Amino acid sequence: MGMTMTQKILAAHCGEASVKAGQLINADLDVVLGNDITTPVAINEFEKAGFTSVYDNKKINIVLDHFVPNKDIKSAQQSKRCRDFADKYNILNFFDVGRMGIEHALLPEQGIVTAGDCIIGADSHTCTYGAVGAFSTGVGSTDMAAGMASGKAWFKVPAAIKVELKGRLHPPVAGKDVILHLIGEIGVSGALYKSLEFVGEGVRSLTMEDRLCICNMAIEAGAKNGIFPVDETCEAYLKARSQRPWKAYAADPDAEYERTVVIDLDALEPTVSYPHLPENTHPARDGKNIKIDQVVIGSCTNGRIEDMEAAYNILKGKKIAKGVRGIIIPATMAVYRECIVRGYTTAFVDAGCIVSTPTCGPCLGGYMGILAEGERCVSTTNRNFVGRMGHVDSEVYLASPATAAASALTGYITDPRDV
Amino acid sequence: MNAKGTVFRYGDNIDTDVIIPARYLNTQNAQELASHCMEDIDKTFVQRVKPGDIMVGGENFGCGSSREHAPLAIKASGISCVIAKSFARIFYRNAINIGLPILECPAASEAIREGDVVSVDFDTGVITDETTGRQFEAAPFPPFIQKIIQAGGLMASLKEKA
Repeated sequence: MGMTMTQKILAAHCGEASVKAGQLINADLDVVLGNDITTPVAINEFEKAGFTSVYDNKKINIVLDHFVPNKDIKSAQQSKRCRDFADKYNILNFFDVGRMGIEHALLPEQGIVTAGDCIIGADSHTCTYGAVGAFSTGVGSTDMAAGMASGKAWFKVPAAIKVELKGRLHPPVAGKDVILHLIGEIGVSGALYKSLEFVGEGVRSLTMEDRLCICNMAIEAGAKNGIFPVDETCEAYLKARSQRPWKAYAADPDAEYERTVVIDLDALEPTVSYPHLPENTHPARDGKNIKIDQVVIGSCTNGRIEDMEAAYNILKGKKIAKGVRGIIIPATMAVYRECIVRGYTTAFVDAGCIVSTPTCGPCLGGYMGILAEGERCVSTTNRNFVGRMGHVDSEVYLASPATAAASALTGYITDPRDV
Repeated sequence: MNAKGTVFRYGDNIDTDVIIPARYLNTQNAQELASHCMEDIDKTFVQRVKPGDIMVGGENFGCGSSREHAPLAIKASGISCVIAKSFARIFYRNAINIGLPILECPAASEAIREGDVVSVDFDTGVITDETTGRQFEAAPFPPFIQKIIQAGGLMASLKEKA
Protein backbone atom coordinates (compact mmCIF):
# COMPACT_ATOMS: atom_id res chain seq x y z
CA MET A 1 0.00 0.00 0.00
CA GLY A 2 1.13 3.54 -0.71
CA MET A 3 2.41 5.99 1.86
CA THR A 4 1.45 9.56 2.73
CA MET A 5 4.05 12.36 2.62
CA THR A 6 4.48 12.05 6.36
CA GLN A 7 4.88 8.26 6.26
CA LYS A 8 7.55 8.52 3.52
CA ILE A 9 9.63 10.95 5.57
CA LEU A 10 9.32 8.76 8.67
CA ALA A 11 10.26 5.61 6.72
CA ALA A 12 13.38 7.36 5.40
CA HIS A 13 14.37 8.31 8.95
CA CYS A 14 14.05 4.86 10.51
CA GLY A 15 15.75 2.86 7.78
CA GLU A 16 12.58 1.12 6.58
CA ALA A 17 11.45 0.79 2.96
CA SER A 18 7.92 1.45 4.13
CA VAL A 19 5.94 2.11 7.29
CA LYS A 20 2.23 1.99 8.01
CA ALA A 21 -0.15 3.81 10.33
CA GLY A 22 0.05 2.57 13.91
CA GLN A 23 3.60 1.21 13.63
CA LEU A 24 6.00 2.26 16.41
CA ILE A 25 9.36 3.46 15.15
CA ASN A 26 12.54 5.03 16.45
CA ALA A 27 13.46 7.82 14.03
CA ASP A 28 16.67 9.80 13.41
CA LEU A 29 16.26 13.52 14.00
CA ASP A 30 17.58 16.32 11.79
CA VAL A 31 16.60 19.10 14.19
CA VAL A 32 15.88 19.22 17.94
CA LEU A 33 14.40 22.45 19.33
CA GLY A 34 13.58 23.98 22.70
CA ASN A 35 12.72 27.40 24.14
CA ASP A 36 13.30 29.25 27.41
CA ILE A 37 10.31 27.56 29.09
CA THR A 38 10.83 23.97 27.97
CA THR A 39 14.64 23.74 27.69
CA PRO A 40 15.38 24.20 31.44
CA VAL A 41 13.16 21.18 32.20
CA ALA A 42 14.97 19.24 29.43
CA ILE A 43 18.35 20.22 30.87
CA ASN A 44 17.23 18.90 34.28
CA GLU A 45 16.31 15.56 32.71
CA PHE A 46 19.49 15.44 30.61
CA GLU A 47 21.68 16.01 33.66
CA LYS A 48 19.64 13.84 36.03
CA ALA A 49 20.11 10.89 33.64
CA GLY A 50 23.87 11.52 33.73
CA PHE A 51 24.48 12.45 30.09
CA THR A 52 27.69 14.43 29.50
CA SER A 53 27.54 15.03 25.75
CA VAL A 54 25.01 15.93 23.06
CA TYR A 55 24.60 13.84 19.91
CA ASP A 56 25.31 16.72 17.53
CA ASN A 57 25.84 20.35 18.56
CA LYS A 58 24.83 21.54 15.07
CA LYS A 59 21.39 19.96 15.15
CA ILE A 60 20.23 21.30 18.51
CA ASN A 61 18.45 24.67 18.57
CA ILE A 62 17.72 26.66 21.69
CA VAL A 63 15.70 29.83 21.20
CA LEU A 64 14.92 32.23 24.05
CA ASP A 65 11.56 33.64 22.98
CA HIS A 66 8.72 33.17 25.46
CA PHE A 67 9.69 35.56 28.27
CA VAL A 68 12.53 37.65 26.75
CA PRO A 69 13.83 40.24 27.30
CA ASN A 70 13.21 38.60 30.66
CA LYS A 71 10.06 39.72 32.43
CA ASP A 72 11.14 38.84 35.96
CA ILE A 73 13.93 37.30 38.03
CA LYS A 74 12.64 33.75 37.70
CA SER A 75 12.47 33.90 33.91
CA ALA A 76 15.94 35.48 33.88
CA GLN A 77 17.20 32.47 35.85
CA GLN A 78 15.62 30.14 33.30
CA SER A 79 17.24 32.00 30.38
CA LYS A 80 20.59 31.86 32.18
CA ARG A 81 20.23 28.10 32.58
CA CYS A 82 19.74 27.76 28.80
CA ARG A 83 22.67 30.11 28.09
CA ASP A 84 25.02 28.17 30.38
CA PHE A 85 24.00 24.87 28.80
CA ALA A 86 24.48 26.26 25.27
CA ASP A 87 27.96 27.49 26.28
CA LYS A 88 28.94 24.22 27.92
CA TYR A 89 27.92 22.04 24.96
CA ASN A 90 28.80 24.58 22.26
CA ILE A 91 25.26 24.65 20.85
CA LEU A 92 25.74 26.56 17.58
CA ASN A 93 22.10 27.54 17.04
CA PHE A 94 21.56 29.29 20.34
CA PHE A 95 19.48 32.43 19.87
CA ASP A 96 19.58 35.05 22.61
CA VAL A 97 18.18 38.60 22.78
CA GLY A 98 19.36 40.56 19.71
CA ARG A 99 19.54 37.46 17.51
CA MET A 100 16.40 35.69 18.60
CA GLY A 101 12.98 35.56 17.08
CA ILE A 102 9.91 33.55 17.91
CA GLU A 103 11.22 30.04 17.27
CA HIS A 104 8.73 28.97 14.57
CA ALA A 105 9.20 32.17 12.61
CA LEU A 106 12.99 32.11 13.09
CA LEU A 107 13.92 28.55 12.08
CA PRO A 108 12.27 28.61 8.62
CA GLU A 109 13.48 32.19 8.01
CA GLN A 110 17.07 31.18 8.78
CA GLY A 111 16.84 28.04 6.64
CA ILE A 112 17.56 25.80 9.64
CA VAL A 113 14.58 23.56 8.84
CA THR A 114 14.13 22.22 5.33
CA ALA A 115 12.14 19.82 3.17
CA GLY A 116 12.34 16.13 4.06
CA ASP A 117 13.58 16.78 7.62
CA CYS A 118 12.40 14.86 10.67
CA ILE A 119 12.08 17.42 13.48
CA ILE A 120 11.01 17.51 17.11
CA GLY A 121 10.60 20.60 19.23
CA ALA A 122 9.65 21.04 22.86
CA ASP A 123 6.89 23.41 21.84
CA SER A 124 3.51 22.36 20.52
CA HIS A 125 3.68 24.69 17.51
CA THR A 126 6.73 22.89 16.12
CA CYS A 127 4.26 21.48 13.58
CA THR A 128 4.76 24.80 11.70
CA TYR A 129 7.64 23.37 9.60
CA GLY A 130 5.35 21.07 7.65
CA ALA A 131 4.96 24.16 5.45
CA VAL A 132 8.44 23.51 4.02
CA GLY A 133 7.70 19.82 3.46
CA ALA A 134 9.21 18.50 6.70
CA PHE A 135 7.81 16.05 9.23
CA SER A 136 7.79 18.20 12.34
CA THR A 137 6.00 17.73 15.61
CA GLY A 138 5.78 19.10 19.13
CA VAL A 139 6.97 17.03 22.07
CA GLY A 140 7.73 17.61 25.74
CA SER A 141 10.93 18.45 27.54
CA THR A 142 11.92 14.85 28.31
CA ASP A 143 11.62 13.97 24.62
CA MET A 144 13.83 16.99 23.90
CA ALA A 145 16.37 15.75 26.46
CA ALA A 146 16.36 12.28 24.90
CA GLY A 147 16.67 13.86 21.44
CA MET A 148 19.67 15.96 22.54
CA ALA A 149 21.36 12.89 24.00
CA SER A 150 20.58 10.31 21.32
CA GLY A 151 19.44 12.12 18.17
CA LYS A 152 16.38 9.92 18.08
CA ALA A 153 12.71 9.98 19.06
CA TRP A 154 10.00 7.33 19.15
CA PHE A 155 6.85 7.85 17.11
CA LYS A 156 3.70 6.02 16.33
CA VAL A 157 3.32 6.40 12.56
CA PRO A 158 0.21 8.53 12.09
CA ALA A 159 -2.80 7.91 9.90
CA ALA A 160 -3.77 10.94 7.84
CA ILE A 161 -6.57 13.27 6.87
CA LYS A 162 -6.41 14.80 3.39
CA VAL A 163 -7.35 18.47 3.21
CA GLU A 164 -8.12 19.32 -0.38
CA LEU A 165 -7.94 23.03 -1.16
CA LYS A 166 -10.07 24.10 -4.14
CA GLY A 167 -10.13 27.43 -5.97
CA ARG A 168 -7.82 30.19 -4.80
CA LEU A 169 -7.38 32.50 -1.84
CA HIS A 170 -8.66 36.07 -2.23
CA PRO A 171 -6.84 38.58 -0.01
CA PRO A 172 -7.51 39.93 2.57
CA VAL A 173 -8.70 36.37 3.27
CA ALA A 174 -5.51 34.64 4.40
CA GLY A 175 -3.95 31.40 5.62
CA LYS A 176 -5.27 32.12 9.11
CA ASP A 177 -8.84 32.04 7.81
CA VAL A 178 -8.13 28.68 6.11
CA ILE A 179 -6.90 27.02 9.30
CA LEU A 180 -9.55 28.57 11.57
CA HIS A 181 -12.22 27.40 9.11
CA LEU A 182 -10.75 23.88 9.07
CA ILE A 183 -10.63 23.67 12.88
CA GLY A 184 -14.22 24.89 12.96
CA GLU A 185 -15.15 22.06 10.57
CA ILE A 186 -13.33 19.15 12.23
CA GLY A 187 -13.07 20.36 15.85
CA VAL A 188 -10.18 20.65 18.30
CA SER A 189 -9.77 16.87 18.46
CA GLY A 190 -10.76 16.26 14.84
CA ALA A 191 -7.25 15.23 13.79
CA LEU A 192 -6.09 13.72 17.11
CA TYR A 193 -2.84 11.71 16.61
CA LYS A 194 -3.13 12.18 12.81
CA SER A 195 -1.39 14.05 10.00
CA LEU A 196 -3.16 16.82 8.15
CA GLU A 197 -1.91 16.69 4.54
CA PHE A 198 -2.82 19.74 2.47
CA VAL A 199 -3.19 19.15 -1.27
CA GLY A 200 -5.09 20.40 -4.29
CA GLU A 201 -5.03 23.18 -6.86
CA GLY A 202 -5.62 25.80 -4.15
CA VAL A 203 -2.16 25.21 -2.65
CA ARG A 204 -0.68 27.25 -5.51
CA SER A 205 -2.47 30.40 -4.35
CA LEU A 206 -0.99 30.18 -0.83
CA THR A 207 2.16 32.10 0.05
CA MET A 208 4.76 30.48 2.30
CA GLU A 209 3.49 32.71 5.13
CA ASP A 210 -0.02 31.31 4.60
CA ARG A 211 1.31 27.75 4.70
CA LEU A 212 3.44 28.35 7.80
CA CYS A 213 0.39 29.81 9.55
CA ILE A 214 -1.82 26.88 8.51
CA CYS A 215 0.65 24.19 9.65
CA ASN A 216 1.31 26.16 12.85
CA MET A 217 -2.25 25.60 14.02
CA ALA A 218 -2.52 21.91 12.98
CA ILE A 219 -2.01 21.16 16.70
CA GLU A 220 -5.20 23.12 17.44
CA ALA A 221 -7.09 20.33 15.65
CA GLY A 222 -5.15 17.79 17.74
CA ALA A 223 -2.93 16.81 14.79
CA LYS A 224 0.53 15.31 15.13
CA ASN A 225 1.69 17.31 12.13
CA GLY A 226 0.50 19.32 9.17
CA ILE A 227 2.32 19.16 5.85
CA PHE A 228 2.31 20.76 2.40
CA PRO A 229 3.80 19.35 -0.80
CA VAL A 230 7.05 20.97 -1.99
CA ASP A 231 5.99 23.00 -5.04
CA GLU A 232 7.61 25.86 -6.97
CA THR A 233 6.71 28.43 -4.31
CA CYS A 234 8.29 26.28 -1.61
CA GLU A 235 11.39 25.55 -3.67
CA ALA A 236 11.95 29.25 -4.33
CA TYR A 237 11.65 29.88 -0.57
CA LEU A 238 14.14 27.10 0.25
CA LYS A 239 16.60 28.13 -2.47
CA ALA A 240 16.87 31.54 -0.87
CA ARG A 241 17.63 30.23 2.63
CA SER A 242 18.01 26.48 3.23
CA GLN A 243 21.33 25.80 4.97
CA ARG A 244 21.33 22.17 3.78
CA PRO A 245 20.35 20.20 0.67
CA TRP A 246 16.73 19.09 0.89
CA LYS A 247 14.54 16.28 -0.34
CA ALA A 248 10.97 16.67 -1.53
CA TYR A 249 8.63 13.79 -0.73
CA ALA A 250 5.30 13.33 -2.50
CA ALA A 251 2.45 11.11 -1.33
CA ASP A 252 1.91 7.91 -3.31
CA PRO A 253 -1.18 7.96 -5.57
CA ASP A 254 -2.63 5.08 -3.52
CA ALA A 255 -1.76 6.53 -0.11
CA GLU A 256 -4.47 5.87 2.44
CA TYR A 257 -6.38 8.73 4.04
CA GLU A 258 -8.97 8.21 6.78
CA ARG A 259 -11.08 11.00 5.38
CA THR A 260 -10.95 13.94 2.99
CA VAL A 261 -12.03 17.45 3.92
CA VAL A 262 -12.61 19.84 1.03
CA ILE A 263 -12.21 23.59 1.49
CA ASP A 264 -13.40 25.95 -1.23
CA LEU A 265 -10.97 28.86 -0.98
CA ASP A 266 -13.11 31.00 -3.33
CA ALA A 267 -15.95 30.91 -0.80
CA LEU A 268 -13.83 31.44 2.31
CA GLU A 269 -14.58 34.48 4.49
CA PRO A 270 -12.58 36.28 7.15
CA THR A 271 -13.09 34.01 10.15
CA VAL A 272 -12.88 34.56 13.91
CA SER A 273 -12.67 31.93 16.69
CA TYR A 274 -14.65 33.01 19.72
CA PRO A 275 -13.75 32.02 23.28
CA HIS A 276 -12.84 29.53 24.61
CA LEU A 277 -11.90 27.03 21.90
CA PRO A 278 -10.34 27.54 18.45
CA GLU A 279 -13.17 25.43 16.94
CA ASN A 280 -15.75 28.06 17.91
CA THR A 281 -15.58 29.83 14.54
CA HIS A 282 -17.82 32.59 13.15
CA PRO A 283 -17.64 34.90 10.11
CA ALA A 284 -15.90 38.14 11.13
CA ARG A 285 -18.96 40.09 9.91
CA ASP A 286 -21.13 38.49 12.60
CA GLY A 287 -18.97 40.02 15.34
CA LYS A 288 -19.72 43.67 14.66
CA ASN A 289 -21.45 44.17 18.02
CA ILE A 290 -18.59 42.69 20.03
CA LYS A 291 -16.64 45.55 21.59
CA ILE A 292 -12.95 45.00 22.18
CA ASP A 293 -10.25 46.43 24.48
CA GLN A 294 -7.06 45.20 22.85
CA VAL A 295 -5.60 43.91 19.61
CA VAL A 296 -2.45 41.79 19.39
CA ILE A 297 -0.76 41.25 16.01
CA GLY A 298 2.21 38.89 16.17
CA SER A 299 3.19 35.39 17.43
CA CYS A 300 4.57 32.26 15.75
CA THR A 301 1.26 32.07 13.92
CA ASN A 302 1.13 35.58 12.40
CA GLY A 303 4.25 37.62 13.13
CA ARG A 304 5.94 37.35 9.72
CA ILE A 305 6.61 40.22 7.30
CA GLU A 306 3.54 39.47 5.19
CA ASP A 307 1.42 39.63 8.36
CA MET A 308 2.95 43.01 9.19
CA GLU A 309 2.21 44.13 5.64
CA ALA A 310 -1.44 43.07 5.96
CA ALA A 311 -1.72 45.11 9.17
CA TYR A 312 0.09 48.06 7.58
CA ASN A 313 -2.23 48.10 4.56
CA ILE A 314 -5.19 48.61 6.89
CA LEU A 315 -3.63 50.85 9.58
CA LYS A 316 -1.55 53.26 7.45
CA GLY A 317 -2.72 56.84 7.71
CA LYS A 318 -5.47 55.93 10.20
CA LYS A 319 -5.96 55.93 13.98
CA ILE A 320 -7.06 52.95 16.03
CA ALA A 321 -10.29 53.41 18.00
CA LYS A 322 -10.23 55.26 21.33
CA GLY A 323 -10.09 52.74 24.16
CA VAL A 324 -8.31 50.07 22.11
CA ARG A 325 -4.72 49.13 22.91
CA GLY A 326 -2.86 48.05 19.77
CA ILE A 327 0.13 45.77 20.34
CA ILE A 328 2.22 44.75 17.34
CA ILE A 329 5.05 42.24 17.73
CA PRO A 330 7.20 41.38 14.70
CA ALA A 331 8.24 37.76 15.22
CA THR A 332 11.96 37.95 14.42
CA MET A 333 14.69 40.58 14.42
CA ALA A 334 14.74 40.43 10.60
CA VAL A 335 10.99 41.14 10.48
CA TYR A 336 11.44 43.87 13.12
CA ARG A 337 14.17 45.50 11.03
CA GLU A 338 12.20 45.18 7.81
CA CYS A 339 9.21 46.91 9.47
CA ILE A 340 11.49 49.86 10.21
CA VAL A 341 12.99 49.92 6.69
CA ARG A 342 9.57 49.77 5.00
CA GLY A 343 8.09 52.47 7.25
CA TYR A 344 5.58 50.12 8.87
CA THR A 345 6.83 50.89 12.38
CA THR A 346 6.23 54.63 11.91
CA ALA A 347 2.77 53.96 10.50
CA PHE A 348 1.89 51.65 13.42
CA VAL A 349 3.03 54.20 16.00
CA ASP A 350 1.23 57.01 14.17
CA ALA A 351 -1.93 54.87 14.22
CA GLY A 352 -1.63 54.68 18.02
CA CYS A 353 -0.10 51.20 18.36
CA ILE A 354 3.02 50.05 20.19
CA VAL A 355 5.67 47.92 18.49
CA SER A 356 7.56 45.42 20.64
CA THR A 357 10.73 43.47 19.97
CA PRO A 358 10.06 39.77 19.26
CA THR A 359 8.49 37.78 22.12
CA CYS A 360 5.72 35.23 22.63
CA GLY A 361 4.69 37.53 25.51
CA PRO A 362 0.91 38.01 25.54
CA CYS A 363 0.00 34.95 23.44
CA LEU A 364 0.36 32.67 26.43
CA GLY A 365 -0.43 35.31 29.04
CA GLY A 366 3.23 35.85 29.90
CA TYR A 367 3.51 39.65 29.74
CA MET A 368 3.34 42.59 27.26
CA GLY A 369 -0.44 42.80 27.10
CA ILE A 370 -2.16 40.84 29.88
CA LEU A 371 -5.95 41.23 30.04
CA ALA A 372 -7.99 42.34 33.06
CA GLU A 373 -11.29 40.82 34.18
CA GLY A 374 -13.97 41.16 31.50
CA GLU A 375 -11.62 42.47 28.80
CA ARG A 376 -11.69 41.27 25.21
CA CYS A 377 -8.82 40.97 22.76
CA VAL A 378 -8.77 40.24 19.04
CA SER A 379 -5.50 38.40 18.56
CA THR A 380 -3.60 36.83 15.68
CA THR A 381 -2.26 34.18 18.09
CA ASN A 382 -3.30 30.54 18.21
CA ARG A 383 -5.23 29.77 21.40
CA ASN A 384 -8.23 31.27 23.16
CA PHE A 385 -8.52 28.95 26.16
CA VAL A 386 -9.84 30.15 29.53
CA GLY A 387 -7.27 32.54 31.05
CA ARG A 388 -4.90 32.19 28.10
CA MET A 389 -4.04 35.91 27.89
CA GLY A 390 -4.72 36.93 31.48
CA HIS A 391 -7.68 37.00 33.85
CA VAL A 392 -9.87 33.88 33.79
CA ASP A 393 -12.82 36.11 32.89
CA SER A 394 -11.06 37.76 29.93
CA GLU A 395 -11.73 36.72 26.34
CA VAL A 396 -9.52 36.09 23.29
CA TYR A 397 -10.90 36.15 19.73
CA LEU A 398 -8.53 34.56 17.19
CA ALA A 399 -8.28 36.19 13.76
CA SER A 400 -5.99 37.06 10.85
CA PRO A 401 -3.75 40.17 10.92
CA ALA A 402 -6.13 41.94 8.50
CA THR A 403 -9.17 41.22 10.67
CA ALA A 404 -7.26 42.21 13.83
CA ALA A 405 -6.10 45.50 12.27
CA ALA A 406 -9.61 46.30 10.98
CA SER A 407 -11.02 45.57 14.45
CA ALA A 408 -8.45 47.91 16.02
CA LEU A 409 -9.76 50.75 13.80
CA THR A 410 -13.42 50.32 14.74
CA GLY A 411 -13.14 48.99 18.31
CA TYR A 412 -15.42 46.08 17.37
CA ILE A 413 -14.77 42.79 15.58
CA THR A 414 -14.63 43.86 11.95
CA ASP A 415 -14.36 42.20 8.56
CA PRO A 416 -11.26 43.70 6.86
CA ARG A 417 -13.28 44.11 3.64
CA ASP A 418 -15.50 46.60 5.45
CA VAL A 419 -12.87 49.22 6.33
CA MET B 1 1.07 -1.53 40.76
CA ASN B 2 -2.23 -0.15 41.99
CA ALA B 3 -3.84 3.17 42.77
CA LYS B 4 -6.89 4.07 44.81
CA GLY B 5 -8.45 7.41 45.58
CA THR B 6 -11.27 9.88 45.30
CA VAL B 7 -12.18 11.21 41.86
CA PHE B 8 -11.89 14.79 40.62
CA ARG B 9 -13.92 14.89 37.42
CA TYR B 10 -13.53 17.43 34.63
CA GLY B 11 -15.00 17.74 31.12
CA ASP B 12 -13.77 17.57 27.52
CA ASN B 13 -10.75 19.45 26.14
CA ILE B 14 -9.09 20.17 29.48
CA ASP B 15 -6.16 22.24 28.18
CA THR B 16 -2.68 22.70 29.56
CA ASP B 17 -3.38 26.39 30.21
CA VAL B 18 -5.95 25.48 32.85
CA ILE B 19 -3.87 22.60 34.21
CA ILE B 20 -1.01 25.03 34.80
CA PRO B 21 -1.40 28.64 33.60
CA ALA B 22 1.59 30.09 31.74
CA ARG B 23 1.96 32.86 34.32
CA TYR B 24 3.55 30.18 36.55
CA LEU B 25 5.90 28.78 33.89
CA ASN B 26 8.80 30.83 35.22
CA THR B 27 9.55 27.94 37.56
CA GLN B 28 10.37 24.26 37.05
CA ASN B 29 9.76 23.36 40.72
CA ALA B 30 7.11 20.63 40.71
CA GLN B 31 5.71 21.48 44.15
CA GLU B 32 5.38 25.16 43.24
CA LEU B 33 3.65 24.22 39.98
CA ALA B 34 1.34 21.86 41.87
CA SER B 35 0.24 24.69 44.17
CA HIS B 36 -1.46 26.31 41.13
CA CYS B 37 -2.71 23.16 39.42
CA MET B 38 -6.22 23.53 37.88
CA GLU B 39 -6.77 26.89 39.61
CA ASP B 40 -8.38 28.61 36.62
CA ILE B 41 -11.24 26.09 36.48
CA ASP B 42 -11.27 24.71 40.04
CA LYS B 43 -9.94 27.00 42.73
CA THR B 44 -10.45 24.40 45.49
CA PHE B 45 -8.62 21.50 43.77
CA VAL B 46 -5.29 22.12 45.48
CA GLN B 47 -6.91 22.36 48.91
CA ARG B 48 -9.00 19.22 48.47
CA VAL B 49 -6.65 16.84 46.65
CA LYS B 50 -5.08 14.05 48.73
CA PRO B 51 -2.20 11.76 47.77
CA GLY B 52 -3.52 8.90 45.65
CA ASP B 53 -6.58 10.72 44.31
CA ILE B 54 -7.60 10.17 40.70
CA MET B 55 -8.41 12.65 37.94
CA VAL B 56 -11.00 11.80 35.29
CA GLY B 57 -11.39 13.79 32.08
CA GLY B 58 -13.38 13.55 28.85
CA GLU B 59 -12.07 13.84 25.29
CA ASN B 60 -8.74 15.35 24.30
CA PHE B 61 -7.41 15.72 27.86
CA GLY B 62 -4.26 17.85 28.03
CA CYS B 63 -4.71 19.63 24.70
CA GLY B 64 -2.75 22.76 23.86
CA SER B 65 0.79 23.49 24.86
CA SER B 66 3.66 20.98 25.03
CA ARG B 67 4.53 22.12 28.55
CA GLU B 68 5.68 19.13 30.56
CA HIS B 69 4.89 21.33 33.54
CA ALA B 70 1.25 20.16 33.14
CA PRO B 71 1.72 16.45 33.92
CA LEU B 72 4.44 17.43 36.43
CA ALA B 73 1.96 19.67 38.28
CA ILE B 74 -0.73 16.97 38.29
CA LYS B 75 1.73 14.33 39.53
CA ALA B 76 3.17 16.57 42.25
CA SER B 77 -0.33 17.50 43.44
CA GLY B 78 -0.70 13.89 44.57
CA ILE B 79 -2.86 12.56 41.72
CA SER B 80 -1.98 8.91 41.18
CA CYS B 81 -3.58 8.41 37.79
CA VAL B 82 -5.53 10.22 35.05
CA ILE B 83 -8.35 8.42 33.25
CA ALA B 84 -9.85 10.00 30.12
CA LYS B 85 -11.83 9.23 27.01
CA SER B 86 -8.82 10.35 24.96
CA PHE B 87 -5.60 12.29 25.52
CA ALA B 88 -3.98 15.00 23.43
CA ARG B 89 -0.87 13.40 21.96
CA ILE B 90 1.86 15.56 23.48
CA PHE B 91 0.32 15.24 26.94
CA TYR B 92 0.15 11.46 26.39
CA ARG B 93 3.89 11.29 25.56
CA ASN B 94 4.84 13.60 28.40
CA ALA B 95 2.86 11.63 30.99
CA ILE B 96 4.56 8.39 29.93
CA ASN B 97 7.98 10.03 29.77
CA ILE B 98 7.74 11.44 33.32
CA GLY B 99 5.96 8.46 34.88
CA LEU B 100 2.44 9.81 35.46
CA PRO B 101 0.11 6.84 34.90
CA ILE B 102 -2.66 7.56 32.39
CA LEU B 103 -5.42 5.31 31.11
CA GLU B 104 -7.58 5.75 28.02
CA CYS B 105 -11.04 4.34 28.79
CA PRO B 106 -14.16 5.98 27.27
CA ALA B 107 -16.62 3.88 29.32
CA ALA B 108 -14.95 4.74 32.64
CA SER B 109 -14.65 8.39 31.64
CA GLU B 110 -18.40 8.56 31.07
CA ALA B 111 -19.60 6.53 34.05
CA ILE B 112 -17.36 7.64 36.91
CA ARG B 113 -18.72 10.57 38.92
CA GLU B 114 -17.07 13.32 40.92
CA GLY B 115 -16.29 12.08 44.44
CA ASP B 116 -16.49 8.34 43.63
CA VAL B 117 -13.77 6.17 45.12
CA VAL B 118 -11.95 4.39 42.30
CA SER B 119 -9.19 1.80 42.25
CA VAL B 120 -6.94 0.97 39.31
CA ASP B 121 -4.84 -2.12 38.63
CA PHE B 122 -2.16 -0.98 36.19
CA ASP B 123 -1.03 -4.51 35.33
CA THR B 124 -4.43 -5.57 34.06
CA GLY B 125 -5.84 -2.15 33.12
CA VAL B 126 -8.94 -2.88 35.24
CA ILE B 127 -10.61 0.21 36.71
CA THR B 128 -13.08 -0.36 39.57
CA ASP B 129 -15.55 2.27 40.72
CA GLU B 130 -15.87 1.13 44.32
CA THR B 131 -18.73 3.56 44.99
CA THR B 132 -20.94 2.03 42.29
CA GLY B 133 -19.29 -1.39 42.00
CA ARG B 134 -18.84 -1.03 38.22
CA GLN B 135 -15.71 -2.28 36.48
CA PHE B 136 -14.06 -1.07 33.30
CA GLU B 137 -11.12 -2.22 31.24
CA ALA B 138 -8.65 0.26 29.77
CA ALA B 139 -6.72 -0.47 26.59
CA PRO B 140 -3.28 -1.81 27.58
CA PHE B 141 -0.14 0.06 26.52
CA PRO B 142 1.79 -1.36 23.56
CA PRO B 143 4.87 -3.36 24.71
CA PHE B 144 7.19 -0.60 23.42
CA ILE B 145 5.61 1.90 25.81
CA GLN B 146 5.37 -0.62 28.66
CA LYS B 147 9.17 -0.93 28.44
CA ILE B 148 9.57 2.84 28.91
CA ILE B 149 7.23 2.77 31.90
CA GLN B 150 8.95 -0.26 33.45
CA ALA B 151 12.35 1.39 33.08
CA GLY B 152 11.01 4.39 35.05
CA GLY B 153 10.57 6.85 32.20
CA LEU B 154 12.17 7.71 28.87
CA MET B 155 15.56 8.92 30.12
CA ALA B 156 16.02 5.86 32.32
CA SER B 157 15.13 3.58 29.40
CA LEU B 158 17.64 5.42 27.19
CA LYS B 159 20.34 4.91 29.83
CA GLU B 160 19.51 1.20 30.00
CA LYS B 161 20.11 0.87 26.26
CA ALA B 162 23.36 2.86 26.36
